[in-house]
Amino acid sequence: MKQKTDICVIGAGHAGCEAALAAARLGFKTIVFTVSVDSIALMPCNPNVGGTSKGHLVREVDALGGEMAKNIDKTFIQSKMLNLSKGPAVHSLRAQADKLAYSNTMREILENQENLMIKQAEIVDILVEGKKITGVKTFTGNIYECKAVIICTGTYLNSRCLCGEAITYTGPNGLKSATYLTEAMQKLGINFRRFKTGTPARMDKRSLDFSKMVPQPGDDIITPFSFSTDSALIQKEQALCYLTYTNEKTHEIIRENLGRSPMYAGIIEGTGTRYCPSIEDKIVKFADKERHQVFLEPEGLSTNEMYVAGMSSSMPEDVQILMYRTVPGMENCEIVRSAYAIEYDCIDPSQLNAALRFKEIEGLYGAGQINGSSGYEEAAAQGLVAGINAALYLLGKEEMIIDRSEAYIGVLIDDLVTKENNEPYRMMTSRAEYRLLLRQDNADLRLGERGFAAGLKSAEEFARLNEKKKSIEKEIKRLKETRIGAAGYVQDFLVLHESTPLRSAASLADLLSRPELDYEKLGALDKERVTLAQDIITQVEIEIKYEGYIERQKRQVSQFKKMENRKIPLELDYDKVSSLRLEARQKLTALRPLSIGQASRISGVSPADIAVLLVYMEQYRSR
Amino acid sequence: MLNDTIAAPATAVFSSGIGIIRLSGDEAIEIASKLFPKLTKMKSHTICYGFLADGENILDEAMVSLMKAPNSYTREDVVEINCHGGAKVMNRILEALVKCGARLAEPGEFTKRAFLHGRIDLSKAEAVMDIISSKNDFALKSSVNQLRGLVYETVKNIRAGILYQIAYIESALDDPEHFSLDGYEEIVMGKIKAIVYRLTKLIKAAEQGKVLKEGINTVIIGKPNVGKSSFLNLLLGEERAIVTAIAGTTRDILSESVIIDGFMLNIIDTAGIRSTEDEIEKIGVERTLKSLANADLIVYLIDSSGDIDENDLRISELISNKRVIVLLNKIDLGFNISDSKLEDIVHKIYPHGDNFGDKKALPYIRTSTKDGTGIGEFSEAVREMFFRGEIDNEEEVYITNQRHKEALMKALESMGQVQKSLADKMPEDFLAIDMMAAYESLGKIIGEQVDDDLVNEIFGKFCVGK
Repeated sequence: MKQKTDICVIGAGHAGCEAALAAARLGFKTIVFTVSVDSIALMPCNPNVGGTSKGHLVREVDALGGEMAKNIDKTFIQSKMLNLSKGPAVHSLRAQADKLAYSNTMREILENQENLMIKQAEIVDILVEGKKITGVKTFTGNIYECKAVIICTGTYLNSRCLCGEAITYTGPNGLKSATYLTEAMQKLGINFRRFKTGTPARMDKRSLDFSKMVPQPGDDIITPFSFSTDSALIQKEQALCYLTYTNEKTHEIIRENLGRSPMYAGIIEGTGTRYCPSIEDKIVKFADKERHQVFLEPEGLSTNEMYVAGMSSSMPEDVQILMYRTVPGMENCEIVRSAYAIEYDCIDPSQLNAALRFKEIEGLYGAGQINGSSGYEEAAAQGLVAGINAALYLLGKEEMIIDRSEAYIGVLIDDLVTKENNEPYRMMTSRAEYRLLLRQDNADLRLGERGFAAGLKSAEEFARLNEKKKSIEKEIKRLKETRIGAAGYVQDFLVLHESTPLRSAASLADLLSRPELDYEKLGALDKERVTLAQDIITQVEIEIKYEGYIERQKRQVSQFKKMENRKIPLELDYDKVSSLRLEARQKLTALRPLSIGQASRISGVSPADIAVLLVYMEQYRSR
Repeated sequence: MLNDTIAAPATAVFSSGIGIIRLSGDEAIEIASKLFPKLTKMKSHTICYGFLADGENILDEAMVSLMKAPNSYTREDVVEINCHGGAKVMNRILEALVKCGARLAEPGEFTKRAFLHGRIDLSKAEAVMDIISSKNDFALKSSVNQLRGLVYETVKNIRAGILYQIAYIESALDDPEHFSLDGYEEIVMGKIKAIVYRLTKLIKAAEQGKVLKEGINTVIIGKPNVGKSSFLNLLLGEERAIVTAIAGTTRDILSESVIIDGFMLNIIDTAGIRSTEDEIEKIGVERTLKSLANADLIVYLIDSSGDIDENDLRISELISNKRVIVLLNKIDLGFNISDSKLEDIVHKIYPHGDNFGDKKALPYIRTSTKDGTGIGEFSEAVREMFFRGEIDNEEEVYITNQRHKEALMKALESMGQVQKSLADKMPEDFLAIDMMAAYESLGKIIGEQVDDDLVNEIFGKFCVGK
């Protein structure tokens, strides 16, 4: 059987959903394939969305016109803004999700999306003619002709799950794995690697004693993820999480049984991530730590299952139950689903460009864990970018490439396609050099225009955004221009707020930049103030309070941009640059960076090599 | 094209007896042989005598040497023409070479090619350049230091310290539930202070390095006829190693460079200062004031056989709070100055006391430009002022490179911002911003951070032909 469509998305996880929705919303007939329609937007690991830096990604996905933020706003059961004691750049939103509701709500969105079809089928081949995508083939032999394919297979390629000595050849959660696609892609010249990740056990809530744990409530006032969600409409009763700790006894059991851990017995071949270590790893690597935190998180409102954050493991089941039962409050715990490690095939993402397109195959894109990342948010961000770019390709338009100074998404993709990643890549705030500009509170201001240009944001939304921008600028200008004299009531006000009295007149902005004062307090001195929306006030406050830092960061960005704008001619023959070291020459030839900036971030290319390239290019240009 | 053939004088064009013109590139031999046919038969690394001729027209008598690729400075074919010096001859030869297909080299292009062909790396190129432009022993030593990696080690060390703090903060930001920054403020404050201290020392050493490498800008000042010019002539006469003799920007201010005991003084002799209605003298005085502003050292001459008057007090005011050595000249004619008058002068020059930190009284030396009395003491005083009291040998690193100094200053400024953020009780993530900026600035010194301007800056500083 043959059928025609425009774009095929393989996989309906967090990357696949965003990719499929973006492609369909941009007007292309799209089919999304999944091995199980019941597993659309499944959360096979932690039951939350967001967290440090990941929360930023979700906001950015929203600003570009993605779905994740809206979906979690509809299905969260607890919400918390992290890092509030630190600067605004690292405030990060995290919400506990009702997993089933999240998955079902997303499925409903997909099912009702115009231009989008869901099909349950395993794709076994990608059809290419003359380095151009022509279609995909299912296990049952059906062919779907198309012009672009987005691979979002997550952890399903040749996956196997390990629980001690027990090995099953399945995807996460016992779902069917995909066993043909790796080979088909290898035939196209695509290189693969093997990564590993893991998940902890799920406990029956009734078997836990929460009185021995510390309750972890959500925020009093809930902040929505999506810029389009009305915060007033999502305030609700929130579920509780609980904190407890491992102890010496837990560690003892693990140490005694290390030989039975497939990781330490050498059965696991894939590389795991340092940032999400199993409890075994933590005990071995941080041997001096007396205890580790354990969070019990509900998997949803309609289930008794509790996720044991901080204790992922690949130990055999009998060891698992012993070790979990040493933790206070878990003495009588009953496991619903055991912890396991999962190994899977993923590609070497240096084969992709910054639009997530395979450099050697026109129309082929990759997004999510297949690219060597980890996490729902990282996946969604890539899925959205790949979906937009597949559509732009069909439209014959220029690719959308987001750079490191624009968004965490830019950092994520640049890191993936440029740097050598030898473990599943996790987003972190420390990876973003220009963090102060890339805040979660201004993602809409940063990326709204991109979303509009790509076509996922309506003209109306874009106009509203510009209106917001204008209001912010106007208010900042007004605060800078409004002078306050050193009158008695002003001095009284300052003394009252433990602020130094004025020696001469100062602007309202000057006063606002004092750490002990804020916009709300200054209302007492600000006669001409008009009422503004809270999101505008937040921006005004941040821009004024941290002006010096923001300015300095902007200068760093302009340095960065200079290097990004030094484009390397595609035809440049690195073999002719005689003083490049061999390793650098090989890496540059393989990766073909677009700019000197990107070249400088390739592992194995040293600053000395960059100096050589800079000088060489100058000669080259003046030829 | 990278390997097109470039030509430029490798020696100063003016006033020397012999000049060298260098050619480098694929066609160096072919082009030069049009003026010097014997070249085609020459072996690599030999030199040959003959006449340079452009057709019938003899250009010069010359020695021509050939260094074939890759065993040459640029790793390309290099031809060097040793001809007679002087702009006229050399220009004529260059013109002929250009006519035959060579291109005039841009500043630093030979070294750029050496670099591009992997003969030298960037930091070496920079240090080599410093050696080329070193004018005295000290500067040479510090350039060699730089090559050997003392600067590298020191800066690397400071950088590692900064990076550790950044990493500490970052891990807490990424994992707030596991990693707390409680009490960190106290620790980091001490660390930052130590880093600031080290940077300050390095910059101070860099300032000294500049003085040592480029010379001490010295202004001689005093009333008319106190013996300023005689003093200058005495210095020049004693020491034959005059480095340059270039006319100053004005007719009546002359700059002479002289090396005394291994350090260099760039001396500006000024018009005498006295209160005057004379327009021409007024202009001279204004110029003197200008040169005072850029002076590292002021040598103030007083006629010890006369008396200290209004004009002396006026001069003392002009040079207040500068590094000054007072010469009580004409000692051979007698000494008529009272201690109290001298104290008046000292007080005018340092109204708030000496603020150069060495707590030494203003040095005054009895001299006679007639018989040379006091010259030894003078150089001793300069040495004391610039080399012992001030140079801090703690780091044992001298930075003589202006670019390095600027990077250090930027790093210091960033660390200052970190201190300010700490004082303002800013959240820790703000500290990381400026620490990272400092880290990057320092990276530029040791070549671990490269930016666009850097490469051009380095090669732009080379003289054509070097």
